[in-house]
Amino acid sequence: MELTGAQILIKVLEDLGVDTVFGYPGGAVLPIYDALYDSKITHYLTRHEQGAAHAADGYARASGKVGVCFATSGPGATNLVTGLATAYMDSVPVVAITGQVATSLLGRDSFQEADITGITMPITKHNYLVKDPGDLARTVVEAFYIARTGRPGPVLIDIPKDVSAARARYEFPEKVELPGYKPVLTPGEEEVNKAIALINSSERPLIFTGGGTVNAGAEQLLLAFAEKINAPVVASLMGLGGFPGEHPLFLGMLGMHGTKPANYAVSECDLLIAVGVRFDDRVTGDVNSFAPKAKIIHIDIDPAEINKNVRVEVPLVGDVKNSLELLIKGVKEKKPEKWLQYVFGLKEKYPLTYNQECGLKPQKVIETLYKITGGEAIIVTDVGQHQMWAAQFYKFNKPRRFISSGGLGTMGFGLPAGIGAQVARPEQQVIVVSGDGSIQMNSQELMTAAAYNIPVKVIILNNGYLGMVRQWQELFHQRRYSQTKLKNPDFVKLADAYGIRGMRIKKEENLEEKLLEAINYTGPVVVDVWVDREENVFPMVPPGGAIHKMIG
Amino acid sequence: MRHTLSVLVENNPGVLARVAGLFSRRGYNIDSLAVGRTENPDISRMTIVVEGDDRVLEQVVKQLRKLVDVIKVQDITSEQYVSRELLLLKVHADSNTRGEIMQIVEIFRARIVDIGPKTLTIEATGDEDKIEAIENALRPFGIKELVRTGKIALLRGSRTSNINGVKEEE
Ligand SMILES: Cc1ncc(C[n+]2csc(CCOP(=O)(O)OP(=O)(O)O)c2C)c(N)n1
Ligand SMILES: [Mg+2]
Repeated sequence: MELTGAQILIKVLEDLGVDTVFGYPGGAVLPIYDALYDSKITHYLTRHEQGAAHAADGYARASGKVGVCFATSGPGATNLVTGLATAYMDSVPVVAITGQVATSLLGRDSFQEADITGITMPITKHNYLVKDPGDLARTVVEAFYIARTGRPGPVLIDIPKDVSAARARYEFPEKVELPGYKPVLTPGEEEVNKAIALINSSERPLIFTGGGTVNAGAEQLLLAFAEKINAPVVASLMGLGGFPGEHPLFLGMLGMHGTKPANYAVSECDLLIAVGVRFDDRVTGDVNSFAPKAKIIHIDIDPAEINKNVRVEVPLVGDVKNSLELLIKGVKEKKPEKWLQYVFGLKEKYPLTYNQECGLKPQKVIETLYKITGGEAIIVTDVGQHQMWAAQFYKFNKPRRFISSGGLGTMGFGLPAGIGAQVARPEQQVIVVSGDGSIQMNSQELMTAAAYNIPVKVIILNNGYLGMVRQWQELFHQRRYSQTKLKNPDFVKLADAYGIRGMRIKKEENLEEKLLEAINYTGPVVVDVWVDREENVFPMVPPGGAIHKMIG
Repeated sequence: MRHTLSVLVENNPGVLARVAGLFSRRGYNIDSLAVGRTENPDISRMTIVVEGDDRVLEQVVKQLRKLVDVIKVQDITSEQYVSRELLLLKVHADSNTRGEIMQIVEIFRARIVDIGPKTLTIEATGDEDKIEAIENALRPFGIKELVRTGKIALLRGSRTSNINGVKEEE
């Protein structure tokens, strides 16, 4: 069958099962949008290409499927950059399709030309510039394969305009052949046996779970494993929901704003079983005093993560599911009574708390959201204090319920990612927890929510500050609040301008009632919650410090 | 310590940029990098000399393997291998020094490939030691220009380091 390059692109996307795309048109993608016009694929027109990239990302995180976004050449493509970097840092499968100037104009600084494959090389798992329409179908199939297998990540395909206009034969490529890309799926037997021996003989085992567990869909196995050896569990920000947040063995999040039980347990354990994590500096603090008494078993699909940030005793390179299955089969049941007593004691002694005295506390807002949603909502956050409070005070019992830019820490992620998540999971309650600073970084996407009636609930924890930065200024820069105090628009009127329901909450008295009203509303809602302005996130490990030395 | 990596890559556009970008982004030090086609026109071999301790090397090798266009990475430093580098060197030469320079060229089994009114251009191949030695020997005469290809290497004997499936070390 002879088709144009653009038709081949749309056809192969359909054949791959893609039914949703987020994007923004322009000159270089005219042929692609023309082919899309005849397709069953639903295209969501965001109001900025960054929004499209984050929406594809949120879609992928909520569903586990590959998220797809389109953008035109030049500025359209460069607008995707932050979104791709965000997805890359958090290992999210996204395929970005960009238009490019015609091959005859390449390399001549042509109108709207940007070397997007060059630009995105360090922030994509792989990328392509397609120069022959005959290569298109194979390239797209490869891109999807690379994006979703192994350690997932974003892949970009750049398609010059003449390539999408030219004709070629279409045939769905059934086989992918990439001699340089062979993810290792099963860890070596010798390592597995070493790990089993270490686990059997350990007295104070601790499991540290991350985004890899969620990506692998290994939450059931992790639960079975933890319960078999009765090891307490801590999670990275990306790992929240990979182990039930309300399970007695769960000690909370680890790291800079982790719980005291989690940080103390890591410092005391004799064996750390790390599952799908990458030992980010926000988790380890000073690496040299991280888990000082522990041997480390590291399960990860990415061999390059082994020994990157911390030295490990036993690497298990492979799919998290395969690795956990082997461990569960091999280990003896155990119950390290003394150790459990110790960590349960920590849990009792150091629950997450906050000062409830003055004003409407942001933590209270999150707690109330948790209560009224029964812990069943998908919480999508922006970046800052509100993000940390959401991570601390909402308990995530299931994976893919906490969606947040962990690695890159991208303000402006929340709303568009929330839109993507809601599109992926229309039956689910999706709540965007944002800040007054962050929401203004992509507030144009309120129009996307309005236009498609995507019923995300945007809760702005409005403290009149770039709160997280202000907190650092308070603690480490003698309260010199340089450029962190915000003048804000009237968020209710802003919502109104977009045709979205806007609400404001100023007092704790009607917090629950108003939030209930918001989440029960059928369309999108913006809730501007005026919270205590100078509240801080605690506990906190000062940057570069040892994680058992927390303030607050 | 210096390591010699033998890297097979797919001959795709941009592959050199991917490898070079990886080194600069992650702060690895390249001493030299030589690249060219192999017996298979779709595949190129890069010989990369990189400086770093074992820990850095472990990361370099693993990060290279992560690149989709990289088929195989082998650290051949501790293997038996032959390596060569090509040097072209233009040295100042007048009627007084010409004879002496030609003797040096003889000793190193190098060749004179061009003659100017006041210069000789010399070609030498050999391993790193030899190249360094000839460079040092000619320095006193005044080196005007010099270019080196960087090291290329192959395993000794019948052993090969071609694709044979995975990009693991043998
Ligand atoms: C795109 C981007 N720019 C800057 C930062 C640095 N930064 C981190 S948190 C933060 C403040 C966020 O303010 P707000 O959204 O109001 O959240 P709050 O901390 O007040 O809850 C800033 C500026 C960032 N993470 N992302
Ligand atoms: Mg704020």
